[in-house]
Amino acid sequence: MSEKVLMKGNEAIAEAAISCGCRHYFGYPITPQTEIAAYMAKRMPKIGGTFLQAESEIAAVNMVIGAASAGVRVMTSSSSPGVSLKSEGISYMAGCDLPALIVNVQRGGPGLGGIQPSQSDYFQATRGGGHGDYHLLVLAPASVQEMAAMTVRAFDLADKYRMPCMLLADGTMGQMMEPVELGESTGGTVDKPWALTGTGMKRPHNIINSLSLTPDELERWNVDRYERYAKIERDEPMYEEYLCDDAEIVVVGFGIAARVAKNAVNAARAEGIKAGMFRPITLWPFPKKAMFERAKTAGAFISVELSMGQMIEDIELAIRCTRPVTLCSRVGGMIPSPAEVKKSIEDAHEKLEGRN
Amino acid sequence: MTKNILIAGFGGQGVLFTGKFLAYAALLEDRQLSWLPSYGPEMRGGTCNCSVIISDEPVGSPIVTEPDILIAMNRPSLDKFEKAVVPGGEIYIDSSLVDRKPERTDVKVYSLPATALSTEKGFDGIANMILLGAVIEKSGVIDKSSIPAAMSKVVSAKHKDLYDYNIKAIELGCESI
Amino acid sequence: MTTVFDRPHALTDVPMHYCPGCGHGIIHRLVAEAIDSLGIEGTTVGVASVGCSVFAYNYFNVDMVQAAHGRAPAVATGVKRARPENIVFTYQGDGDLAAIGTAETVHAAARGENITVIFVNNAIYGMTGGQMAPTSLPGQVTQTSPYGRDVKTVGYPVKICEMLSQLDGPAYIERVAINSVKNIRAAGRAIKKAFRYQTEGKGFSLIEVVSTCPTNWGMTPAKAMKWAEENMIPYYPLGVYKDKYAGDAAKA
Repeated sequence: MSEKVLMKGNEAIAEAAISCGCRHYFGYPITPQTEIAAYMAKRMPKIGGTFLQAESEIAAVNMVIGAASAGVRVMTSSSSPGVSLKSEGISYMAGCDLPALIVNVQRGGPGLGGIQPSQSDYFQATRGGGHGDYHLLVLAPASVQEMAAMTVRAFDLADKYRMPCMLLADGTMGQMMEPVELGESTGGTVDKPWALTGTGMKRPHNIINSLSLTPDELERWNVDRYERYAKIERDEPMYEEYLCDDAEIVVVGFGIAARVAKNAVNAARAEGIKAGMFRPITLWPFPKKAMFERAKTAGAFISVELSMGQMIEDIELAIRCTRPVTLCSRVGGMIPSPAEVKKSIEDAHEKLEGRN
Repeated sequence: MTKNILIAGFGGQGVLFTGKFLAYAALLEDRQLSWLPSYGPEMRGGTCNCSVIISDEPVGSPIVTEPDILIAMNRPSLDKFEKAVVPGGEIYIDSSLVDRKPERTDVKVYSLPATALSTEKGFDGIANMILLGAVIEKSGVIDKSSIPAAMSKVVSAKHKDLYDYNIKAIELGCESI
Repeated sequence: MTTVFDRPHALTDVPMHYCPGCGHGIIHRLVAEAIDSLGIEGTTVGVASVGCSVFAYNYFNVDMVQAAHGRAPAVATGVKRARPENIVFTYQGDGDLAAIGTAETVHAAARGENITVIFVNNAIYGMTGGQMAPTSLPGQVTQTSPYGRDVKTVGYPVKICEMLSQLDGPAYIERVAINSVKNIRAAGRAIKKAFRYQTEGKGFSLIEVVSTCPTNWGMTPAKAMKWAEENMIPYYPLGVYKDKYAGDAAKA
């Protein structure tokens, strides 16, 4: 094991990407993720990689498409408004079955919004974001260590399922420093016979394309893709449970919200309220099954979000509305405090007590 | 034990650097920690703060809303965060730049004219390290023996002069409080 | 028996979807001939754009990726950066390259990206049914300029070669046409030179090919060729607009 170092979340993403064989980064500056680009600009030329600052987010994501088509590990990063611009390209990537990593270090919206942390791109990330039927694999790290680990996992999953993968972080996760232990260097080992390498005059030409003007063919492509998605929904959900076994109230949060929730759960426990925390790590696939199981023992759920209430819909769907779900949220760059979350826990507890 | 530390001042006063030093010291002491800066367009001159949490447990929220230790490097910082300090907590003030005393009576207050001292003793521009010396001396949040190694993490080995300069400023703070 | 005329190896043996008399058939052939004669088919990767030439990925016998509208130079940049040893070209129409993809075009050129851009200018959006293009001529009647392109309200055509040749990045920019045998032969030479420059690592090259669209222009193919000669070429003069290495052959 390598030694622990202090790194910003954004830097951990960049270094982890390099450690797992990513040698191509295309991006465009936007706060609060620019450290990723700065890190890549410094490192890539020294290791024979490519850092290119594109003329726009749109160009950057299309450069990613080009490099992914050529079969290499490639990534881009941005923040909310920039990800909206990249959404066209992400839809093409999904339609072309191209693996790549897109990092969204979210900031408040809509529009130009602000630059402080937010989680209000949840719908955009988990529903695809662009046009057409598709999903991204969406991973939501909650520590700098996870920023690194999830980056590596995102590349592996992207290659495994031939699809774009998104790391959904926020300004806090990107800017904070924590000790991080970086793993040994690995490389992508997945064979990519579909990649554009030149035919070498030895095989028929490869075509990477999302266009079909034949409806039954395009339908088949979509259906095949959703069969793959079904497998992912079965095999890949990730989540963390904290003090959930005997919890009457389960607080659900991802990323920074989960960290605040954990403090609140501890504070509530100190006052004798049986609270627990459920943290989805994959936002798509959402850990529906585990959450449904948890609803059998818990009495109420609270969704802690830095949005006006987006993930709450997935919680309700996952537990099929068998338990009340309330929202505890702040937006616009504000972050719920542990005290605010604790208040929500107390309110939910009171309601449960009232009912019994 | 968990210490929630909030460092606040103007951009350019070394708020983030002070936090970084504490974070590295904690790392070297093999403790759990987080460091979170305020970020924004105010690179120089604007308000700036930094949350540092040092703990024996995994750190939950990295945002310090109720500091055990507040390091106030200017008046607006004291005005903004004085109320947030937990009862029994500590407030460290650069009294050269803060022209009032805290109103709280349920906290420990340590005042040091760090900026005046820095000019007087030849430590221009690093009043933050003098004030940090006072924090280390009084709070024990990090061990004094961690200072040299932590400094070598935040000041490049190429700048031996800067390293000595910062260490001496911390020592001055320790002695002056 | 001696073969005097054959399909280039770099073209697949499938029927093309292009309208009778469309210029794309000729230009595809010129690109394929260039690839054949430089012996680069096995290492070439093409980027198809959006427009009539979207299906170019079916016609070129090389690895192909289909880009979003206007983004071909960015996609080509990604391919080239990932595989610098490969030869990468884009094949784009006027709407794609000179309207929606202007930024990608200009910046790939400014970077001197070592790719080859084949730019087919037929002054109209063909695939969507004949709308006004950024290169439609003043007064030209299209579906979306039914009273003729009025420069007072929609402005003037974009002259890509003139514009890009102002940049320091590009290595080679030439405008050619396919309205006569002589011009077709010159176009073939220019396209081959553009690919050769890439193999020599000389950087960005763009060949603008003044072409025709008999269907959307509402003319017979022969009349369309004449229209191109009489109307397009005077507005879009043929010739070399930039060649960073023009003197090299003479020096060598």
